[in-house]
Amino acid sequence: MPIGLSDTTPPRANTPSPKWSILLLSWLVAFAATLGSLFFSEIMKLEPCVLCWYQRIAMFPLVPILAIGLYTQDSGGIKYAMPLAGGGWLAAFYHWLLYSGYIPKGLQPCGKGLSCAEVSLELGGLVTIPMLSLASFTIIMVLLLLATRKGWSQ
Amino acid sequence: MNRQRILLISAMAMILLFGLGSYLYDRMEDERLGRLARQSDSVFNRPHSPTYGSAQANVRIVEFFDPACETCRAFYPLVKDIVDRHSGKVQLIVRYTPFHAGADTAVKVLEAARLQGLFWPVNRTLLNAQQTWGADHNPRPDLIWSIVDGTGLNLKKAREDASSPQVLANIEQDMADAKALNVTRTPGFFVNGKPLKDFGEEQLKALVNRELKAAYPQ
Repeated sequence: MPIGLSDTTPPRANTPSPKWSILLLSWLVAFAATLGSLFFSEIMKLEPCVLCWYQRIAMFPLVPILAIGLYTQDSGGIKYAMPLAGGGWLAAFYHWLLYSGYIPKGLQPCGKGLSCAEVSLELGGLVTIPMLSLASFTIIMVLLLLATRKGWSQ
Repeated sequence: MNRQRILLISAMAMILLFGLGSYLYDRMEDERLGRLARQSDSVFNRPHSPTYGSAQANVRIVEFFDPACETCRAFYPLVKDIVDRHSGKVQLIVRYTPFHAGADTAVKVLEAARLQGLFWPVNRTLLNAQQTWGADHNPRPDLIWSIVDGTGLNLKKAREDASSPQVLANIEQDMADAKALNVTRTPGFFVNGKPLKDFGEEQLKALVNRELKAAYPQ
């Protein structure tokens, strides 16, 4: 780029860059998943099981972490979000295996209280809550990985 | 549009959507429960459920009841009084939710008594002696049979009924309905399908009065 033209764009443009938009999308997914899980537990009164709680522990903090990174345009937020998203993905994957019957029920960790393998909601007879969680964590992971490959102000 | 504004507007949109979704869900749920409460066989009301007051009443109080629960005992005269005061307009429907230790025996006895048409006298006797058989620190369900002796109950038949599959199925049905309606504490009240959200005697009276006004406009 010719040196004379670089003045027309400020060094930290305030309009959305592809990378910023990708992170915005990942934040929207985390926010939707957080509000969705709160809707299931607080409005529909479905009690979360132990594995649900582990996934919530990973999902809920993603909302402020990604939001603060987006607001202050600090791409450092990605590295704080990554381990949470990864851990949540593992819990969601395990839960999904348990839910779909790939792991025998005898191996499930929830002996007392609510069963993690009991299907309490099926939207349209197909979509279950662990499936939604696994999809959310997968999308967030993919978007975070994509974001690490692009420069912040591009 | 700058980045901060996009972020704030999306956050507000998400929260608004959540609020709207909650409002719509609550309204749909209220309507669904109201419809169920008007049916004669639903989560609120099963054919086996003991009732008190006129069957023609348009206001139905459903009480999820545990005979070993102290608050249920305290509410017994209060609820009876509400039904008596609005004679013909309010009916009480009792559902079994034996959450306390020892209460499972008591509800079996109550259901067996109901089959002999003696639910109410046996219930009164059990509640009066609640301290004896259903104290929290020392439940003695083994004493229940001797307590209900003298209420006119045919004990031999009642003992047979109390362990019959039909009686057990009825109690299980009540527990399943309580679970479906998210009743986790007793007494759990519903008036025409509307849950008593803020628990208390005055609140229950107010809820009944609201339903009376809606069902019998003057």
